[in-house]
Amino acid sequence: MASISILLEKCVGCRLCIGGCPFNAIAVENRKARILDNCTLCGACVSSCKFNAIDFRKDEAEGPVDISSYKGVWIFGEQKNGSPANVALELLGAGRRLAEQLQVDVSAVLLGDNVGETAKTLIAHGADNVYLVDHPSLKYFNDESYTDIFVQLIEKYKPEIVLMGASTYGRSLAPRVASRLNTGLTADCTGLEIDVERRILMQTRPAFGGNLMATIICPDHRPQMSTVRPRVMKALEPDHSRTGNIIRPDVRIPENLKVRVLDVVTTLCEKVNLTEADIIVSGGRGLGDPKNFALVEELANVLGGAVGASRATVDAGWIDYCHQVGQTGKTVAPRVYFACGISGAIQHLAGMSSSDVIIAINKNPDAPIFRVATFGIVGDVLEILPLLTKEFKARLG
Amino acid sequence: MNVIVCVKQVPGTNEVKINKETNTIIREGVEAIINPFDAYAIEEGLRIKEKTGGKVTVISMGIPTVAGLLKDTIALGADEAVLLSDRAFAGADTLATSYVLSMSIKKIGSYDLVICGKQATDGDTAQVGPSLAEKLGIPHTTYVRKIEEIREGYIRCQRMTDDGYEVIEMPLPALITVVKEINEPRLPSLKGMMRAKKAVIPVWTAEDIGADKNKCGLKGSPTQVIKTFVPVHDVKSEMLEGTPEQQASALAEKLLSMRFTTCK
Repeated sequence: MASISILLEKCVGCRLCIGGCPFNAIAVENRKARILDNCTLCGACVSSCKFNAIDFRKDEAEGPVDISSYKGVWIFGEQKNGSPANVALELLGAGRRLAEQLQVDVSAVLLGDNVGETAKTLIAHGADNVYLVDHPSLKYFNDESYTDIFVQLIEKYKPEIVLMGASTYGRSLAPRVASRLNTGLTADCTGLEIDVERRILMQTRPAFGGNLMATIICPDHRPQMSTVRPRVMKALEPDHSRTGNIIRPDVRIPENLKVRVLDVVTTLCEKVNLTEADIIVSGGRGLGDPKNFALVEELANVLGGAVGASRATVDAGWIDYCHQVGQTGKTVAPRVYFACGISGAIQHLAGMSSSDVIIAINKNPDAPIFRVATFGIVGDVLEILPLLTKEFKARLG
Repeated sequence: MNVIVCVKQVPGTNEVKINKETNTIIREGVEAIINPFDAYAIEEGLRIKEKTGGKVTVISMGIPTVAGLLKDTIALGADEAVLLSDRAFAGADTLATSYVLSMSIKKIGSYDLVICGKQATDGDTAQVGPSLAEKLGIPHTTYVRKIEEIREGYIRCQRMTDDGYEVIEMPLPALITVVKEINEPRLPSLKGMMRAKKAVIPVWTAEDIGADKNKCGLKGSPTQVIKTFVPVHDVKSEMLEGTPEQQASALAEKLLSMRFTTCK
């Protein structure tokens, strides 16, 4: 079993390790650090100690995987009805950068029905190779068949890195694939860097609703897998003259599936597209009445944006759950986020604080939302919203 | 129908505050709660039991104090709750957690459905559900917002997607993870609280569930946290003053000059 102890002769009681511990499991008593019982042996404190006073030993895993036989960066070319998800294109942008550092190819895995054209789009956006499995049974995302085929491909071609979008499908497929392969997976990454010498992917992700960032590695298992938040990585400008290989691998298409997708329903939420919207106008309790969401919708329409909502309004039944932004709703990062009559509870901030520009409109000048706002207006949202709609309408023609 | 619900103890996130001097999360005095998404999982388990009979068993891997929270699930109506606690489980990532949960479920034996919350509010990974289903060798569906039908050996449910929902059917046993939309959790009943008071929460160790310690805890975790830090939000806020007309006009001016025009 792993162990951790403080080397008392080296410890100076500086308390730096207290801040390095995500679990509040270190105390300093009599000028010496002490590891408390709630330590989870995560090892995060080791790098925080400037005096090498933390002795942390992790047992070597038995029979490590032959890491050197794994080469290349893969991304999941998620698509719906033949259109690639934006996040898949973003992954290609990120994947290219990582692959160039590792001097390997970027390949996309594309599963679907009649999606040959999609393969070309993926190449234009940076894929060197596309592993294309085209079959009528793969028309809709299916956890069982997609996992089965993805695992077959990984076992056959052995990529060192596999990236998937942190979308509904990616967050279901990736853990199932990683679990079958017994490899590591880091969720919802917002930063990816390479330690070139060790060929290790440094995966940075938010935890505790964005209040803490953690950098995570998977040193002894392959592939190194991450899901990546939409709208964080940059897609490349498409270059339709780029060439790449479309490989149709010989895989076994699973039959007699247990999981059957009977129907795929697009609801009114189609217009919401919160996770991929450039502009989001969100309404909160400050609207005062459910019918005032119309004001939010009008501004969103003029700007070509989506409508979001705070949890309070969803819980009160003013608007559908699919609009909810925040910890128990959707995590968004648009270019512009309007928080209209939203006070900015920590759970709401967790879902939108990485937006590029945040505009807060609230009656209460002390509302926490103003602390994350790029621009703030203290005022009555019912009065300001129509004025904004009018202004933008006039200026945008 | 026998349902197993997996829950996790998380800090009550309302209280998450940053110590500005040390730049760390203040955890003192932060109460531990059952992960909010898991409350919907428990509720759905109870509703299935009320409709079809059988029982609801709640399991959680965690430190010994989690037993107190498990008692709360008895108060809500769970028939049994088991705590998986062992020093060997410490430092587990989602893979090692799934392994331990799977071994305990195998020990419990007969079950029809496993329900997990969509994700936990501390790690936010959403990985344990699908990973656990794989370890159990059963099908899974994530983000379930409604169970349309459940009967012996069969479930049909709705999975919430980014632009709507899907209707998915699976044979049982299966695993689902649930979103908030699925139900409105109940409060504990007086009778339940009396039962909870008397309830003894069994604690199972690695040995009890026949787990291979090499697959548990830190040792069984392929991922390692190498650094944590508090993100710097370098926000320069600008308050727009004047009459509402002036404020609106100033804002439009500023946004358009930043070239944030429409995405039409």
